[in-house]
Amino acid sequence: MGKEGGKTVNIRQRREKAIRIAFFGVALASITTLGLIVLFLFMEGIPIFKEVSVHDFLFGKYWYPTDDPPDFGIFPLIAASISVTAVASIISIPLGVLTALYLAEAASYRVREWVKPIVELLAAIPSVVIGFFGMVVFAPFLQEILDIPTGLNLFNASLMLAFMSIPTICSISEDAIFSVPIELKEASLALGATHWETIWRVIIPASISGISTAIILGMSRAIGETMVVLMVAGGATLIPASLFDPVRPMPASIAAEMAEAPFRGDHYYALFATGIVLFAFTLLFNLLADHIAHKYRQVGAATL
Amino acid sequence: MGNERVKERLVNTDQSNGLQGRRKFVQASMFGLFRIAAAINGVALLIIMYFLVSRGWRAINWTFLTQPPMESMTKGGILPCIVGTVCLSLGAILVALPIGVASAIYLNEYAKPGRLLRIIRLGINNLAGVPSIIFGLFGLAFFVVWLQFGVSILSGALTLGVMTLPVIIGASEEALRAVPDTYREASLGLGATKWQTINRVVLPAALPGILTGAILGISRAAGETAPIMFTAAVFYTPSLPSSIFDEIMTLPYHVYVLATAGTEIEATRHLQYGTALVLIVLVLGLNLVAIVYRARLRRRMQ
Repeated sequence: MGKEGGKTVNIRQRREKAIRIAFFGVALASITTLGLIVLFLFMEGIPIFKEVSVHDFLFGKYWYPTDDPPDFGIFPLIAASISVTAVASIISIPLGVLTALYLAEAASYRVREWVKPIVELLAAIPSVVIGFFGMVVFAPFLQEILDIPTGLNLFNASLMLAFMSIPTICSISEDAIFSVPIELKEASLALGATHWETIWRVIIPASISGISTAIILGMSRAIGETMVVLMVAGGATLIPASLFDPVRPMPASIAAEMAEAPFRGDHYYALFATGIVLFAFTLLFNLLADHIAHKYRQVGAATL
Repeated sequence: MGNERVKERLVNTDQSNGLQGRRKFVQASMFGLFRIAAAINGVALLIIMYFLVSRGWRAINWTFLTQPPMESMTKGGILPCIVGTVCLSLGAILVALPIGVASAIYLNEYAKPGRLLRIIRLGINNLAGVPSIIFGLFGLAFFVVWLQFGVSILSGALTLGVMTLPVIIGASEEALRAVPDTYREASLGLGATKWQTINRVVLPAALPGILTGAILGISRAAGETAPIMFTAAVFYTPSLPSSIFDEIMTLPYHVYVLATAGTEIEATRHLQYGTALVLIVLVLGLNLVAIVYRARLRRRMQ
């Protein structure tokens, strides 16, 4: 190759490098966006702390943002978010994990081909539709059979949230269960264990990190879900004392009040600050899930 | 311990039938439990669909689909909502698809394992976990206020686009991973550069998978309410949008508004069911297309 050839190669190399850098730049978009989200949440949320202290904001028991003087205590909202998430998890974790076990271990190939899309469709139902269903179908039903003042309450919201997080829990758990090396299973079966004993003593321990990740991500989905709690939870800013109390979780409060809050007034800032708290919760869940997934990564037989 | 158990079993050969019977019973009941759990999901889907279809189908007719709402939204149709939802979800995919596919190409084709890759992945995973209402707040603060796009299709589409980004990246990466390395090696072996290989060999092979992801992204964007509440959607607007700076009505927000804030909530119940039904048919329809298409792709790969 002469001088000319060398030049072409050089140009080609330079162009390749430029393309590579361009792709790298685009790949940074996600993390940049995440950074911008944090930045703007803080920019619009921090000013409220000139009015109330962080401690009073987080642990204040009264949220009356439109009163005069207003009260900006989001403890009832945090308590509501935590309780709907907890109750939803009690329902969704067993259902999600058991469905995953069914799909990965018990179902035949043909049944799997049918059940998997059902779970995927369940995941695809828009949250506003689930909220609508909880509001117009399930709430009156609940009110009637239990004879309670309102069907729009913690329990109703939790049940709807549970069905929104089951698909998350199920599909991630199933991946984890599915990727347990077949040798482990075969060894256990060869020792005379039944299929269930193999699942309980070998497959679940081997995939527990994946299942934990699934559960945490499911809970993260539940705590951040907005439309369901906005429409179904009842909206009262109380610290819930019973399963059938109406509550007002953080996302519901933000969604319901933002439209009425005067632009860049204290109420507006307080709602953004609530957003920071909510974001912190989900970030914590996600980092925890990521940590578990990486630290206890499934690598063959070594995971047992 | 194991030894003892074996001995015990040898001694009790007569009773081993009982033990085996119990083990089998435990297994059968656990598997029964699995089946019940799986069935509950199906039943939940059926119940929701049953109520929406049985109460919603009567509301749906030609007028409903082709007319704007009338008489302060107690009569008439949902045409502006359908148009709005289509605009927003197409806009979102226009934002998310190029960025998402390019990110996936970087992650799968260029990036080498290391701290940088780990940070980028952490960013994507966390973006996927951000609650939808936070996207709404971000869209309001960044697109609507800071960039001064106002409450508009543009702001809404950008917000939804950012939100769908992780879905697109995930699907595209999976599609790229499914392209056998022999394709790449053959192309590189013929003297093609890396970019030529990606552009002419890898991407075409991964395209069907990427399209499946795009369909799922559109359906996700179409069904979201919280991110567009403050960025694009309004209660009511008499005209169809004429530019990307117009505010619009959308299907999910319309369901929410009619069900919670309308003046005559009970009287518009059938409209609410009808709108919800149109929305869910749109979203589940897109999902079914993606699921069937993907199943066919997988079969062809095998």
